[in-house]
Amino acid sequence: MISIKRKTTGDVLFDVVNYTLLIGFMLMILYPLYFILIASFSDPNRVGTGDVWLIPQGITFEGYQRIFNDGAIWLGYRNSLLYAVLSAFIGTSLAIMAAYPLSRKDFYGRNAFMLFFAVTLFFNGGLIPTYLLMRNMHLMDTIWPVVLLPALDAFVIIIARTFFQGLPEEIRESASMDGCTNMRYIWSFVLPLSKPIIAVLALFAIVKQWNGFFDALIYLKDEATYPLQLILRNILIQNQPTGNLLSDIQSAVEQQRIVGLIKYGVIIVAALPLLILYPFLQRYFVQGVFIGSVKG
Amino acid sequence: MRMKRILVNWELYLLMLLPVAYFIIFRYLPMYGVQIAFKDFSAAKGIWDSPWVGFDHFVRFFNSYNFEQVLTNTVYLSVLLLVIAFPIPIIIALMLNQVKHQRFKKFMQTSIYAPYFISTVVLVGMVFVFLSPNSGLVNHIIKGFGGEPVMFMADSEWFRPIYVFTEVWQTTGFSSIIYLAALAAIDPHLHEAAVVDGASKWKRVLHIDLPGLMPTIAVLFILAVGNLMNIGFEKAFLMQTDINVDASEIIPTYVYKIGIQRAQYSFSAAIGLFNAVINLVLLFIVNRTVKKMSGNGLF
Repeated sequence: MISIKRKTTGDVLFDVVNYTLLIGFMLMILYPLYFILIASFSDPNRVGTGDVWLIPQGITFEGYQRIFNDGAIWLGYRNSLLYAVLSAFIGTSLAIMAAYPLSRKDFYGRNAFMLFFAVTLFFNGGLIPTYLLMRNMHLMDTIWPVVLLPALDAFVIIIARTFFQGLPEEIRESASMDGCTNMRYIWSFVLPLSKPIIAVLALFAIVKQWNGFFDALIYLKDEATYPLQLILRNILIQNQPTGNLLSDIQSAVEQQRIVGLIKYGVIIVAALPLLILYPFLQRYFVQGVFIGSVKG
Repeated sequence: MRMKRILVNWELYLLMLLPVAYFIIFRYLPMYGVQIAFKDFSAAKGIWDSPWVGFDHFVRFFNSYNFEQVLTNTVYLSVLLLVIAFPIPIIIALMLNQVKHQRFKKFMQTSIYAPYFISTVVLVGMVFVFLSPNSGLVNHIIKGFGGEPVMFMADSEWFRPIYVFTEVWQTTGFSSIIYLAALAAIDPHLHEAAVVDGASKWKRVLHIDLPGLMPTIAVLFILAVGNLMNIGFEKAFLMQTDINVDASEIIPTYVYKIGIQRAQYSFSAAIGLFNAVINLVLLFIVNRTVKKMSGNGLF
């Protein structure tokens, strides 16, 4: 290396400004999350007066106790989990069933099929026609619109197709010479090689389902089938906690105090599954975005 | 010959069966239902037998007293997002790309795209908690500096700033991933040559990195404009209060109100269709313009 690389004042200044702004930006992103965490087990009165901002004050777990004892939240948790698993399973299976044939050059009509799927990226029926269709199919108040509507889209099929196009063509050719049928080939070669893409698709579907609330809002009437996000909406935004969260408290002041505490706690509890999945999400979501962007 | 090519791979067609059925039922049948925008839909008659009324619902929407407000709100919010929330991930990616400490860079990236996985309900819940006039942290800070507490959620002036800020907070990290990848693909020789020529870091960002990003920016810009009128319905819906409604009522929330809550299906389907058509037209216009200007288009 030649000493030409000595930093100029301008470059040092650039670095200082760059690092300062980036750290500032990062704190802006992280601080709200940190605050919710410490507020969730601090004395709600001290949170309310603004004492809590860096270190938890008057540590209490009453909020979490109430959340864990609340039937509605657990039921919502269970429902969300069920919908997420169903949606991921159905969506991923269908996506693979569509994407694998589309990736095969010898699949006659693949452009027509691709067009058939891709059109839906630009045109869709919209809220009201979809709603009327679900009603006509007698799917109101059942979990199926919630599970099925977001399960699959053309974008996901394109991602999976791009992945399959990367599989070596030679193995398939020699396998088919040896009389291996398509089904057997898919079962014993394609699927075992497809674990990364299955993970990407399943995680996409799980996150979408776990975080969604709107389909549940319009298609589900029975509270026992509400997913977690709908219950959270009642607590966090509508200020109407359901179930037995507050039923034992008489005074309005005390109720107000506990509601504050519970709000922070439920945010943590709701985000927990995705936080646990975060290392995977981070890796596979990035992969998914890349695969999808290589070939649109 | 053609028959033979199909028969050889009959299993692949069998595989296609279920996904095709899914798309017909859940994507194409609703498109068939769009015709109710031009009809007077009644549940008793069904979609096909309801009488045609032409563009009556559209005319009614254009003449309704909400029309101007709802359209302005939608366009205003979208343009605001495009002007503020679209460039920030590009800037952050350019800045992160200059960071030489790999571990710091990794830590930055990991922390800034965490909010992407937070649900809209929780995000808006956090907004209410932080901005509460009595107990919210933001108002404690304002009071700490001697200011008067602000009723953020009950003031339509604040709806758009909050919407855009939370959008930046939630999506910047994730959106910057694609730009970072494009930056990593820029030929390092360009930078080395520029260093030898005495170009400062700032100059190199401006004349090597930014031009290198342009094709990516063009494609994402087209997509963003094509989605201009599709702004996150969920967030606007959740942030809406009775008091900020004159800023927060956008076309999608209006469609929900008219269609689902008041059951005026044909009228709201017409409004939804109007929105979708504007989107599509925008997509084609911007795609052509960008293609002409830079040679990079989406299709």
